[in-house]
Amino acid sequence: MSSNVMVLVEAEAGGVTDATVELIGKARELATAWGGAVEAVVLGPGEVGTGLGGADTVVRVEHPGLATYLPEAYENTLAELLVTRSPRLLMLANSTVGLDLGAALAVAWDAELVAYVVGLQTEGTTAVATAQILGGKILAEVGMAAERGVVTVVPGSFPAALGRVAGEPELVTVDAPGSLGSLRMRLERLVTPEGGDVDITAAPMLVSVGRGVGSADNIELAQEMADYLGATVSSSRPVVDAGWMPKSRQVGKSGLTVTPRAYLAFGISGAPEHLEGMRDSELIIACNTDENAPIFDVAHYGTTTDLFELLPALTGRLGG
Amino acid sequence: MPEHPGAVALEVTRTVFQGIDLAGKSLFYVVSTAVILVFLYGWYRRVDKYRQGRPAGRGATFWRAVRGKADVGPAGRRDTRTVGTLAASSTIARRDTSAGIAHFFIFWGFIVAFVATVILTIDHDIVGPVSNALFGHTDSFFHGPFFVVYSLTVDTFGFAFLVALVSMAVRRGIRRPFKLGYGRAQNPDQGYSRGRYVAGDWVFLGLLIAILVTAYLLTGARILSQGDPWFTALTPFGRTVAEIYSGLGMTPAAAATVHTYLWWVHAALALAFVAYIPYSKAMHILVDGVNLLASDRRATRDLPGPVPGADHAGYQQISDFTWKELLDLDACTKCGRCHDVCPARTAGAPLSPRDLILDLRQWVDTAEHGITLLDRESRPDATGPLAPAGEVPIAGGVIPAATLWACTTCMACVDICPVGVEHVPLIVELRRSLVEEGQMDPTLQTAMKNLATQGNSFGKSARMRARWTKGLDFTVTDARKEPVTYLWYVGDYASFDDRLQENSRLLARLLHDAGVSFGILYEDEWNSGNDVRRAGEEGLYEMLAEHNIAALAAAGFQEIFTTDPHTLNTLRNEYPARGASYTVWHYTELLAHLLDTGALPVRPLGRTVTYHDPCYLARYNEVVQAPRRILTALGCELVEMPRNRANTFCCGAGGGRIWMDDSMLTERPSENRIREAALLDVGYFVVSCPKDMTMYSDAAKTTGNDATLTVLDITRLVDEALVRPAPSVGAMDVLT
Amino acid sequence: MRIVVPMKAVPDLVEEIEITADGTGIDREYLKFVLNEWDDQALEEALLVKEATGAEVVALGLGSDPDIDASLYTAIAKGADRAVRLTGAGEVPDTATRARAVAGYLRDHPADLVITGVQAPDDLDGQLPATLGALLGHPHVSVVVSVALVTDPPEPPAVRVRQEFAGGRAAELVVDLPAVIGLQAARQAPRYAPISRIRQVMAAGGIEQVDPGLAPGSATGASGLAVRRMHAPEKTSHAQMLTGSADEVAGQIVDLLRSRGLVKG
Ligand SMILES: Cc1cc2nc3c(=O)[nH]c(=O)nc-3n(C[C@H](O)[C@H](O)[C@H](O)COP(=O)(O)OP(=O)(O)OC[C@H]3O[C@@H](n4cnc5c(N)ncnc54)[C@H](O)[C@@H]3O)c2cc1C
Ligand code: SF4
Ligand code: SF4
Repeated sequence: MSSNVMVLVEAEAGGVTDATVELIGKARELATAWGGAVEAVVLGPGEVGTGLGGADTVVRVEHPGLATYLPEAYENTLAELLVTRSPRLLMLANSTVGLDLGAALAVAWDAELVAYVVGLQTEGTTAVATAQILGGKILAEVGMAAERGVVTVVPGSFPAALGRVAGEPELVTVDAPGSLGSLRMRLERLVTPEGGDVDITAAPMLVSVGRGVGSADNIELAQEMADYLGATVSSSRPVVDAGWMPKSRQVGKSGLTVTPRAYLAFGISGAPEHLEGMRDSELIIACNTDENAPIFDVAHYGTTTDLFELLPALTGRLGG
Repeated sequence: MPEHPGAVALEVTRTVFQGIDLAGKSLFYVVSTAVILVFLYGWYRRVDKYRQGRPAGRGATFWRAVRGKADVGPAGRRDTRTVGTLAASSTIARRDTSAGIAHFFIFWGFIVAFVATVILTIDHDIVGPVSNALFGHTDSFFHGPFFVVYSLTVDTFGFAFLVALVSMAVRRGIRRPFKLGYGRAQNPDQGYSRGRYVAGDWVFLGLLIAILVTAYLLTGARILSQGDPWFTALTPFGRTVAEIYSGLGMTPAAAATVHTYLWWVHAALALAFVAYIPYSKAMHILVDGVNLLASDRRATRDLPGPVPGADHAGYQQISDFTWKELLDLDACTKCGRCHDVCPARTAGAPLSPRDLILDLRQWVDTAEHGITLLDRESRPDATGPLAPAGEVPIAGGVIPAATLWACTTCMACVDICPVGVEHVPLIVELRRSLVEEGQMDPTLQTAMKNLATQGNSFGKSARMRARWTKGLDFTVTDARKEPVTYLWYVGDYASFDDRLQENSRLLARLLHDAGVSFGILYEDEWNSGNDVRRAGEEGLYEMLAEHNIAALAAAGFQEIFTTDPHTLNTLRNEYPARGASYTVWHYTELLAHLLDTGALPVRPLGRTVTYHDPCYLARYNEVVQAPRRILTALGCELVEMPRNRANTFCCGAGGGRIWMDDSMLTERPSENRIREAALLDVGYFVVSCPKDMTMYSDAAKTTGNDATLTVLDITRLVDEALVRPAPSVGAMDVLT
Repeated sequence: MRIVVPMKAVPDLVEEIEITADGTGIDREYLKFVLNEWDDQALEEALLVKEATGAEVVALGLGSDPDIDASLYTAIAKGADRAVRLTGAGEVPDTATRARAVAGYLRDHPADLVITGVQAPDDLDGQLPATLGALLGHPHVSVVVSVALVTDPPEPPAVRVRQEFAGGRAAELVVDLPAVIGLQAARQAPRYAPISRIRQVMAAGGIEQVDPGLAPGSATGASGLAVRRMHAPEKTSHAQMLTGSADEVAGQIVDLLRSRGLVKG
């Protein structure tokens, strides 16, 4: 066993994801305290993106079967790396990848897992994790007793700046496990977001609606207000799942991350998955009838006025 | 059959079959027999259809009505009708006096004509032949004073009948009130035509008018041919026609010939009409009396439970309907009154109670290879009610789901229908089928799920129900722990909606000040289920009712009062069937009582206000006096809404509508109502239902009337008028 | 084909959640429990697969979950063929234990496909689908938004699933059966089960009770996480609340936007 912290690198078109950079920053802190190293695992062939300067080692497995994400291939590869390199802690983002791999690797590696982590500290040779559960209503502090553990971290929990440091990590290339030849799943097709609709990530102002609007028809109210405001309408996930808004308007973990100058949330509870996608907006104003809704913890201004009253009132104020 | 030769001019009678020879008579009898067979067959087909219905439990109602006995509702209005209602055409005269009067004369004119024919038949075809066979000479009672009275009656009633028919024709053809227009509220994609309905109406009216006109032309010709004996003065209208004939230069001989021709025309028309009755709109002559006498408004207040022994919820096939409901479908005369008053129709929703009934009738007819000749709708494609049997479901196919969901269950249709059609229970039955199939608004589904898990539609934790009491400076008694006089059934809106909680606290304070012993059930109060039931979620209603009944049984109280008229309805009228009978008051009744007894001392406010009667309070439960007594006690001048009391107009929230999307409406019922009030020149729109408070505050804003019209709960007025204890003596000392 | 849908009852998030006296858990006594919303989605997707293929759908719950029977009966009312209640997993099983109980059941009653919610609001020690997949040694995929049986070569049996990523990207994968799917959202909103039907089903009974015995799990995970403390997040940065009538609040919001130059005038 080592005192190293291993981080799985996720990349997107523009390079390493922000979530990965955050993890590396935090890993740096932990590894320093433990006197270990930060190992960034990059799977698949091709260029290693920039942004891994905070890592001591970049561990690469260049098998072509890892070129695009495939849950089983990644899981098998990582499982082997965990055994061969035995870090003290494996850090994953709580993304689709984290949801696929975290708990499975914990079983395979026989380690403890803490999910939905928003805080991490060292305590001697172990870590203390703070996780956010029950829709953000409760924080749980877990002492990670074992000497090996896995955490899946809610993106946005740690400052990315810590990870965004210059450095020349050592490059280690490792062979892929033989099991990649006999996988029980295969990728058929990658789907890119449907174009054509407006790009909510480019909108300076967003009027975002959540399940509180109740039905597709009520979205009209928000649209009307947004028209007067010159804003774009976006939404939380359930609104998209119900078919009331196109997928291209979804803000959050499985949608888009937005940082508009103003984000006006109506009837959105503020689940961690949603907050992930909008917490860095310049100005957040939330309308939710539940005074305890977690959205108020990230909003700058809030009101418990009923959205069905507030939207028309706003439209009125804006000249409607 | 010998006539009365030579006696024509002398004996006070007239000749039956005057101028008709034996061959003619034989032909007449043959044709008559055929007509009667056709009539009986048509009638048999109808009755056979009704017999497919389930028992309705209305036999006793019907026979009581026949004996002239009506069941009376909570405040003295009749829930069932009697033969008297029928005889007076009073349900038709309600809010349409001229139509009522016209129908009265048509009704009695028809009966007189019918009885007259029966008398003639008895005299001519029974008394005559029988006496001839027994005694060898043909007797008749059709002469002398009897004949005179007979003639006078037939002549005058006939004329009134004719005038009434013509006035109806003028109404339908020239005045054309909105309610007689046949435009559908829900427009089928492929279009439709109701030209045959119009044709059916005119054939019906036209045939009757033609029969009467020929009758007078015939009578005139007879009188002239008889030489106008003295006694024809007692056939004044017939004689007038005779005078016109002779004025035109007709001789008695020519009149006799004309008479013969006219006789055939008249007979042909009359026989055609008889044959036509069971195959047309005219069937209402046979059906509607029964339907009206079997009708019972209570079925709307206290809805029927699930069909016993059925393997499905709601209505899916003809045999699910009761015979009364099948009769309802045929009973509708398309008078359009329900179409006129329906708030859903008014608001532009795809529902008209009239169309609903007509569509169901059409669907049953199609399934049964109907025998209606005209009086039906046509569509280019056989869709909806015209679809072949079994091809589309009733709920969601024959009647579109959006139509069924549009109903606010305001009961205006049931209340106004002159022939006792009960739309609301039918709509609820069809909604039950929709719920069974999960065909409901997502918002309604959410509300139902919330009700099932937390007992309230707000999706708030049940434990928060009594949170509104937090702002009070006293603790509201927990009736589960401490006995009280009144149990206050607060209801979801008054408990959970933050805009209404202040009002609930006001009421609590008033009662506290008045020394009333009252308590609440805290988290054990669940939604009473009135609107859940009307939304067709019978299982959820049962679940809520069972829970509440158990909670009530475990609490200590004497009587109940509630803030919510919907709750009032189900607690008062529906819970007893589940073994929970309590005296249930509306809070306006309690407040009125406290004002009467002086427990709440008030000073006059001197305001001019109008008052909105909630459907579930006024129309369903006839609580109309208590709020008015309060307003009087507060020294307010009440300017009545044009539509008030039982004729009130729905706010649009009932029957589960409050949980559904209303964006398809062109004008919300609440907005329509506020506009009605805005014309009254009053400053206050007083309400007595929490849902009304939300609906109308909103409507006042959206219609731009909020600056001039303040929507107020009646509690607030009482509070403002209340004379609180005088300031302390010390303070008074300083002042003097 | 046999589809098993493990379901979990979780605290209704509309409730105010309280912490136990020792501060390490949530006080479950007065809490209302409801079906995990993602499990509801999973059930819907399973029923859609059933409608397309005639598969058998088995709803599975843990007897220790409060009110789980209501969810199991509801599942039958919606169209599940059977409902099974597992016992023997302890009072408040964590995900690891839950997965071992489900794996124990599946060992004796194998399924071709397991579809369950991608996560639950309280699965602190990880999500069920991945844990279960690893325990069973089956391929597993999470954050899935549609599942369909692959009908074009029929052998070996497989499902085609759509997995979602951030930014609206997605992947279509073909996964050999048996497999475990963590469902994010069904292709259509979960259907409504009328209460009368649920009550009929309830009256008929018919939940099978099985004590499967726990499948062996990871030695470390078995002891459970050492939760030191649970608490509501300190409201360090709570929003500044705007109050007043709707119109007044609207006015304040417009002013805020105006002061930032976002509203002209
Ligand atoms: C893998 C994964 C990825 C996910 N990705 C995303 C994502 O990208 N984006 C996302 O949004 N979610 C995502 N989720 C879902 C997330 O967990 C929550 O379920 C979701 O964000 C909740 O949406 P909501 O706030 O609109 O609905 P709810 O949580 O149901 O909140 C509705 C809110 O409206 C309020 N409200 C109700 N009526 C009114 C009214 N009249 N006026 C004012 N307020 C009212 C209520 O108080 C409530 O707080 C993801 C989940 C998973 C597991
Ligand atoms: S109850 Fe009211 S809303 Fe429903 S059909 Fe009758 S009149 Fe229309
Ligand atoms: S249902 Fe009654 S009120 Fe409505 S049109 Fe028919 S007869 Fe008239």
